[in-house]
Amino acid sequence: MRVSIDVSSVRRTTVFEYAIRFLLGGIITAVTGLIANRFGAAAGGLFLALPAIFPASVTLVEKHEIEKKHSTGLRGTIRGREAAALDAAGAAIGSIGLFGFAIFVGRFAGSYSPRTVVLSATLIWFATAGPIWRLHKSRMLKRFKARLAINDPRYRDTD
Amino acid sequence: MMSDVATRFVVGRSIVSAFAIIGDLLKPKSFAGLFGAAPSVALATLLLTTYSKAAAFTAAKAHTMVGGVIALFIYANCISYVLMRFNMPALAASALFTLLWLGVAIGWLLA
Repeated sequence: MRVSIDVSSVRRTTVFEYAIRFLLGGIITAVTGLIANRFGAAAGGLFLALPAIFPASVTLVEKHEIEKKHSTGLRGTIRGREAAALDAAGAAIGSIGLFGFAIFVGRFAGSYSPRTVVLSATLIWFATAGPIWRLHKSRMLKRFKARLAINDPRYRDTD
Repeated sequence: MMSDVATRFVVGRSIVSAFAIIGDLLKPKSFAGLFGAAPSVALATLLLTTYSKAAAFTAAKAHTMVGGVIALFIYANCISYVLMRFNMPALAASALFTLLWLGVAIGWLLA
């Protein structure tokens, strides 16, 4: 499956929807800093992986898919939820990359320039999550094709 | 103190929004979803930490971040499963499972 850029979903997002995520992002980062200052690095660290804007994002994905189906005269509720579920599945894979990020920073921030380590860790996140997504997708495709093959009369046992 | 909070707010909202917009732009949805678990808050917080605290503080934060990441993995998988199987609205599922995230993350910290 090919990754592509779809500008239409950005156009569908309203200013209010952007503002919500903009605000939430700022609030969560500020609160994480306050927690670290008040309760120490250990507690602050936990909140670095807080799904801060995930509820807002996944709701938007669902809403946009429903709107797309509405425009073709369908309800689109199920399609909307399926799209949101796929988004969440992607986030689960992204969290494996985030694990790589945390391990990398934890291991090297004390030995090298912390700023360089944090920026490099962002590349580690993508370099981990991207290939896992690719692998997951190809496995899913294989399973899907295998299921099609079972239902395909050409593959059925004709005895 | 207030200027520190304001700086975190401005830097955080910019980085988080940037990752969110990248996620919006990409297709298919499962790939765009990767950006739902982007290190946006971590990047903003840790970069700011490097200016004000010792490297050991950054490393300590990243060590406990692992607990939050494990909670995030469970959280995202649960949401995906519930949306597929039980036809629950996305907002309700993601808000409900935030409690699960909190439980797992705090459990990790206390364990």
